[in-house]
Amino acid sequence: MSNHNHHDTGKSPWITPFNVIAGLIVLMGIYLTYLRFTGGLAAVTNLDDYYPWGIWISFDLLCGVALAAGGYTTAAACYVFGIKKYHAAVRPAVLTAFLGYALVVFALHYDVGQPWRLAYPIFVQQGTTSVLFEVGLCVFLYLTVLFLEWLPAPLEWLRLKRVRNILIKLTLVLTIFGVILSTMHQSSLGALYLILPSKMHPLWYSTHLPVYFFVSSMFAGLSMVIFESTLSHRYYHNKMDKEHLEGTPHVTFGFAKAAAWIMAGYFFIKFFGVVLNANWGYLPTFYGFMFSLEMLGFVALPAFLYAKGVRDKNVRLIKWTAVVAVFGIIFNRFNVSLVAYNYHLPSELKYFPALAEIGITIFVVTVGLILFKFIGTRMPIFYEHPEFKGSH
Amino acid sequence: MNRRKFLGAMGVAGLGVAGAGKVLAEEDGVTGASVKDVKGLPDSYAVLFDVTRCIGCRQCEDACNYENRLPEPDVDFYDTGVFEETRRTDWKTYTLVNQYDDKPPGAGDLYRKIQCMHCLEPACAHSCFVKAFAKRPDGAVTYDPRVCVGCRYCMMACPFNIPAYEYHIALDPLVTKCTFCEHRLKEGREPACVEICPTGTMYFNTREEVLKEARKRIVNNPDKYQSHIYGEHEMGGTNWIYISAEPFEDVGMRMDLGTRAAGDYTSGALGGVPLIASFWPVLLVGAYAISKRREKVAKEERDSFVSQVIAEAGPEVGRKLAERLSKSETLDKAAIEEEVRKALNEAAAKTEREDH
Repeated sequence: MSNHNHHDTGKSPWITPFNVIAGLIVLMGIYLTYLRFTGGLAAVTNLDDYYPWGIWISFDLLCGVALAAGGYTTAAACYVFGIKKYHAAVRPAVLTAFLGYALVVFALHYDVGQPWRLAYPIFVQQGTTSVLFEVGLCVFLYLTVLFLEWLPAPLEWLRLKRVRNILIKLTLVLTIFGVILSTMHQSSLGALYLILPSKMHPLWYSTHLPVYFFVSSMFAGLSMVIFESTLSHRYYHNKMDKEHLEGTPHVTFGFAKAAAWIMAGYFFIKFFGVVLNANWGYLPTFYGFMFSLEMLGFVALPAFLYAKGVRDKNVRLIKWTAVVAVFGIIFNRFNVSLVAYNYHLPSELKYFPALAEIGITIFVVTVGLILFKFIGTRMPIFYEHPEFKGSH
Repeated sequence: MNRRKFLGAMGVAGLGVAGAGKVLAEEDGVTGASVKDVKGLPDSYAVLFDVTRCIGCRQCEDACNYENRLPEPDVDFYDTGVFEETRRTDWKTYTLVNQYDDKPPGAGDLYRKIQCMHCLEPACAHSCFVKAFAKRPDGAVTYDPRVCVGCRYCMMACPFNIPAYEYHIALDPLVTKCTFCEHRLKEGREPACVEICPTGTMYFNTREEVLKEARKRIVNNPDKYQSHIYGEHEMGGTNWIYISAEPFEDVGMRMDLGTRAAGDYTSGALGGVPLIASFWPVLLVGAYAISKRREKVAKEERDSFVSQVIAEAGPEVGRKLAERLSKSETLDKAAIEEEVRKALNEAAAKTEREDH
């Protein structure tokens, strides 16, 4: 791999470190895909009868959806709450969210046994009593909404003015619909675990799991927008127009402030969750350590650092805090879905992902990066298309 | 009516959260029945498993394997070596017997058979998003492989860890679990495992009769049995019922499952869905209207302020104001500058007219 990296990148634009590494990961992904669909889940995963859901659910689904929450938070802030200075952040956030959801659905094709029936719950037989039905329906509808929200970018790129203008008129309706759908399925991802109280550690099990998931998705989305913007500024700075560059500090400080407040609120609702269920006794255990680490290290600390960063106008601190917050969300979703789950099983029966399983997750994320790069390089994401300027 | 019940009721109205109960209600010709009206299905078939009678001969495993045409087992059915570890159901094992160490020592080893408990209100049926599972009036919880998507949420949801999966199959792997030998129930015959048992460990009858028999044995032998009928109320009640001399935990049965049916735990959250769907648009459009109005008022105030300044103090001060505003951090800088410029032009035109 490193050999290729030393090739001259100047002459041939195709041989870049990103392309080489991404290419190798894609090749690995294709091979693992072959293994998965010829040898079954057993060939690539450590899933078993005690652990029907592994990291493809914990990371690809739970984290993927939470981290794609920047789509609804940014669009709502700009179009519903009328905070126009966030306008430049909407397109990158919507693109991230759309790709995030698309990849969630893509990854599910690996996880379920009958991917060709993924639409059955919607079109063939509706299991309306299932929380997963709600998740499926909302993800399906929201993916459609995100597609429509994102569509103006490729339409401007292709100069299809008429269709694009119709879609722009729908912005507010789509945004509101998106917030409703996000509220429902962000929370219902938490509600998935309500049905198994006897298998969940009491520190994470709560009747308020849906609320916890929804509230944490808000600061997950906000942090992801800050994080994504850090990366974009590194790679797309020359693509960004004046509005985008001038808007970025507003987004960074505004979102950091909002995230600090929401995280503080989230800390207290979780704190009272422990109080109300009288779960103090569990704190001096391994599970208590994980829970405390999550609450103090990945909620209270980033909340404080965000607040400090806003007060001191310290962009650098805010950017690093966003990384901590994003990691914290991943930590939380893993705690709920893998650490708390089956806590009563003896350790030799516990699950740890297989290398190939992790490989497919890396492949899925890489596909997302490639698509983001393709779209971000070609379409008006970080700038307003000159022919459509100001017509929002 | 507390909050949870209220939300639950909303759910029934909005989405039909009645769940597995609904499947039953439809087949019983009862409409609008909620989960709570299942009332233990007294006429459905049930089995009483008496832990004191099982000797661990594993003939039930053999019979099940044969009856359901399952693949050859890894270890022969008459090999007691399997007792060295605690086993669970898997894709080629719908039922199995585990050995539990004698407690207190000397009392003899304990054996307990594991299979689907055939819950009255099954977590698998409640959690399935394509309704692949159904609770039948005869007591069996059945699985329809034709609609199964293979999401395995049923396996997550089952409090008894029963459903297993064909992880090794690439295309069309299925969830597997005990069928209660439903094909035999239809003919009024007992399941194969019950039929073959040489010690009469299992008693097959209607659920009402099975519960009566369980009570009778406990009442007649109060010193022998635990005074608990496992499955009468666990997770809302099951069609497989256990009685035991030793505490149920000692034969690997959890006593902390509670008596609420699985669906009870999600109906509140699902009931919130129609509330969000109905009221979120109101809140969001409200927020939009507030922000729009704030914008409008701010614009009006700004306009009147600028024109007032120009009218009172003349174009020179207006220019200064414009300068000041251009340096400020005000959001709609461009708009203000535009207004100021317009006002200045008007004032200039006015002065010109007056000069003439």
